[in-house]
Amino acid sequence: MSKITYREALNQAMCEEMERDDSVFLMGEEVAEYNGAYKVSQGMLDKFGPKRVIDTPITELGFAGLGVGAAMAGLKPIVEFMTWNFAILALDQIVNAAAKMKYMSGGQYGVPMVFRGAGGSAARVGSQHSQALENWMANVPGLKVVMPSNPADAKGLLKSAIRDNDTVCFIENEINYGDVGEVPDGEYVIPLGKADVKRAGNDVTIVAHSRMTGFALAAAEELAGQGIDAEVIDPRTIRPLDEATILASVAKTNRCVVVEEGWRFSGIGAEISARIMEKGFDDLDAPVARVTGKDVPMAYAANLERMTLPSVAEIVEAARVVSNRA
Amino acid sequence: MSAKQKQASKAAKGLEFEGRSYDVETLHAMHDSMLFIRRFEEKAGQMYGLKKIGGFCHLCNGQEAVCVGMEHASQPTDYMLTSYRDHGHILARGSDPTAVMAELLGRTGGIVKGKGGSMHMFDIEKNFAGGNGIVGEQVPIGLGFGFSSWYRDDGRVTMCIMGDGGVNQGGVYESFNMAALWKLPIVFVIENNQYAMGTSLNRASAETHLFKRGISFKIPGMQVDGMDVLAVEKHMGEALEHARSGEGPILVEAVTYRYRGHSMSDPATYRTREEVDEWRTGRDPIARLQQQMIEAGLATEEHFKDKDKQIKKEVTAVAKAAEAQPEPDPSELWTDVYSDPIDGAYPYPGKVG
Repeated sequence: MSKITYREALNQAMCEEMERDDSVFLMGEEVAEYNGAYKVSQGMLDKFGPKRVIDTPITELGFAGLGVGAAMAGLKPIVEFMTWNFAILALDQIVNAAAKMKYMSGGQYGVPMVFRGAGGSAARVGSQHSQALENWMANVPGLKVVMPSNPADAKGLLKSAIRDNDTVCFIENEINYGDVGEVPDGEYVIPLGKADVKRAGNDVTIVAHSRMTGFALAAAEELAGQGIDAEVIDPRTIRPLDEATILASVAKTNRCVVVEEGWRFSGIGAEISARIMEKGFDDLDAPVARVTGKDVPMAYAANLERMTLPSVAEIVEAARVVSNRA
Repeated sequence: MSAKQKQASKAAKGLEFEGRSYDVETLHAMHDSMLFIRRFEEKAGQMYGLKKIGGFCHLCNGQEAVCVGMEHASQPTDYMLTSYRDHGHILARGSDPTAVMAELLGRTGGIVKGKGGSMHMFDIEKNFAGGNGIVGEQVPIGLGFGFSSWYRDDGRVTMCIMGDGGVNQGGVYESFNMAALWKLPIVFVIENNQYAMGTSLNRASAETHLFKRGISFKIPGMQVDGMDVLAVEKHMGEALEHARSGEGPILVEAVTYRYRGHSMSDPATYRTREEVDEWRTGRDPIARLQQQMIEAGLATEEHFKDKDKQIKKEVTAVAKAAEAQPEPDPSELWTDVYSDPIDGAYPYPGKVG
């Protein structure tokens, strides 16, 4: 175990996998000589050389497609988007090519690669650089969507994502890059598709991913002070979703709050709520509550930005509502 | 033997194009392949008319010299990618025509198991990577195939084919830039059939000399007569050698013409009958090669007539065999979505509730 940051954990995962497998390479804007816009790829150019750590021009669609083709030809690309906001330029390659290639080629061509980078809200950068788009990706069969909430998960999940033979959209969080946590040294993999109970509790289930997991844990602490024992579940993989862990928790607590940074309409919370309704209806003592980002583009002003994002107070309030304690 | 006799005896063995010799076997192979594609496409058109083929179906009648010339110039290990007008290219590569026809008919033995249809033909054994349906999408993907050859230094070249419509997509220029920047072994082929669906080249392109489109990326380009299989073969050979030698990408514009509409639902009213006839009867690549071979004493008109009959029979048999196949098994609906289908990968297995 070492105490390292979320960004160092990601770096460790990539370095270990590149040492393990020659067909893995990292490509993206500023990943090599600049050592990464967020320093996730710090030192990797020195370690692996310019053939395996490659700076690209600012051409998201082009290098995303390069990754798809290279993966079809048998390599295992890691394509970094400086942020997922810019991946919108590359959506044709992600949605129309990577996700569908296996199916539309009748199983002949898989696309084993990772698209990774920072997603979710940053701080004070306005609407085009602050948004959570994981529900877009999670809607598409053929893609896997992974979002770590702490340094250890970041390492273990990224290693699994790189080894996976499907296209994985690995969405990090810019605000979390500096978070420090205990991370196992060396080989440490977390299987994709497995949720993690971050805090055990009996009274209410809070499902939250990425940065919102931390918010949910803070809310759980407050709720504990009010006599409500919350269980916090981090799905970690958004698609495929580990519904069994969520349903088992709801069967125990009979109450559920789903938290996400993204917009409410067709969001991850909508999906999780629907699954609980479909498969755990009889376990519910109250309707599932959703705490989401507000249905507006992100503003720049500090107060408006704060209001747009879910807050610990809103999660506490939602947990009290579903517990008939509001 | 006099010089004249020598020339005559040399000519009798084959044809020459700009100093490159083609022996009689090669010429027959190229001819037969083009004719097979022509008859196959005609059959596909018929089957579409009978509503046995659904959806979009883009035929390549008229463009056969591009498909066949390129294939003959390349190695089997070279990669090839194209757009949705893909029947001719995959047939030229040597894929099983029954599997291609079965794909058009949505049958179990289709080359992609009935999951792709006309626009999405793939054959990994033949290094044929689609069959890509979004205009220009295959170009960044082709860049990746070229990158893989650079990364592994495997001596392969990627032939990345697009049309005069696709060449206007932004991703094409992103790809040109990176291919040139890293000297990737790629031949970008522009099949200029002069119409992007119903929009003629001069209505869509500020620079209509498409072989110049790589200039600002320092990618050399050449224009070839895409109605002459020997010209395509010769110049594609040069282009492939350029790319293979580590010189970086090169661009080949093959000027050609499609005899049919953009797709089966297009009556092609945007061009005149005279224009179509001029290309169809005046420049047809199959008639042209036949004429050259007859004049050189390499084959007779009789031979080509017999060959045509034989090919028509083959194509009929292919269509019959494909049609006899059942539709894909319903279980195929749920296969090939993931390579590593982990728990919960299929949360909605087609059931209500």
